[in-house]
Amino acid sequence: MICFDLFIGFLKVGLFAFGGAYGAIPLIRDVVLSYGWIGEDTLTALIAVSESTPGPIMVNLATYLGSLQAGFPGALIATAAVVLPSFIIVLVIMVLLKKLLKHPYVQAVLRGLKPCIIGIILATGLFMILRHCFVSVRDLSADTTAILMTAGLSAVYFGSGKVLKKKLSPIGLIGISAAAGVIVYGLV
Amino acid sequence: MNILLDLFLTFAKIGLFTFGGGYAMISLIEHACVERKLWITHDEMMNVTVIAESTPGPIAINCATYVGYKQKGLAGAIAATVGMVLPSFCIIFLISMFLDGFLEIAWITHAFMGIRIAVGILILDAAVKMIGKMPKKPIPLTIMACSFLAMLLTDVFALHVSSITLMLIAAVVSLALFMLNGNTGKAGAAK
Repeated sequence: MICFDLFIGFLKVGLFAFGGAYGAIPLIRDVVLSYGWIGEDTLTALIAVSESTPGPIMVNLATYLGSLQAGFPGALIATAAVVLPSFIIVLVIMVLLKKLLKHPYVQAVLRGLKPCIIGIILATGLFMILRHCFVSVRDLSADTTAILMTAGLSAVYFGSGKVLKKKLSPIGLIGISAAAGVIVYGLV
Repeated sequence: MNILLDLFLTFAKIGLFTFGGGYAMISLIEHACVERKLWITHDEMMNVTVIAESTPGPIAINCATYVGYKQKGLAGAIAATVGMVLPSFCIIFLISMFLDGFLEIAWITHAFMGIRIAVGILILDAAVKMIGKMPKKPIPLTIMACSFLAMLLTDVFALHVSSITLMLIAAVVSLALFMLNGNTGKAGAAK
């Protein structure tokens, strides 16, 4: 049943997403692709929209996917599922276990989780870029336009920090990339 | 004003006006809850951030739950959390009803072809920033390298290893190493 799947899927996301929205994207990708709810391209569009609308990105993504899959009830269920674990965990910590996070075993677990998440995020970001630059990642047939776009956008994003002393905001980068996409792919 | 309503409205305002997710929100929450409303102290705010970072889930939700509970118990926690979620829920729900037709327009498809590259760059950038803040010690670096390789191979060869599995393995390995070191009582166990 789709609503049950949405609930379990996003409960998993809410329960395992450490380190903010970018930590959650690999997980959401995992869950979404394994249930086959939407394809990778629609997911990227959803991530971009979630980034460009106000509110926590993870919650936005949950609302979005829930709504696409099962309308209003789906949106409600997915959003509740993604929020519930952190809501309950924070309450439990505040009420019962104020020292829990300082416990050496808990600290040891967290010390292992953090680098693992960083590795996962790094791999996901890299794979998402490679996927667009090479038509098939395995036999490396290149998509020159995408490679040039990647190089250009990276230069703008990372260069802006050096030149303007203030790095472009994520929304700024999304805006520029959208404009570049319209121009470049419109002409090709 | 009724404190529950105040909590709800304050967090709804934060939810409505912060773009870019968790870390951007922390500064807004600090401004609203510490400086203007005096609901929590600056030290408590630091505590919330630590709790938010060491517990799973959206950071903004962790903060809202904490501040709400502090002010008015369970009812306060619910008011603040619902306030945080509601604005974006309504906005996204409206957008999602129009998305399908929207994505079929040619120039919008082109725009998203550009955007998907930007999303990859943003994710990479987030990872690089986290690496910068990470302790450069052999164990964390090894765990990071292993999970990076495992995840990349999983993606490239379309294997079915979930990132949750990787995280559970990392947690168990780290705990086991800690217990082994702790038992021998040698240096290197702590931190």
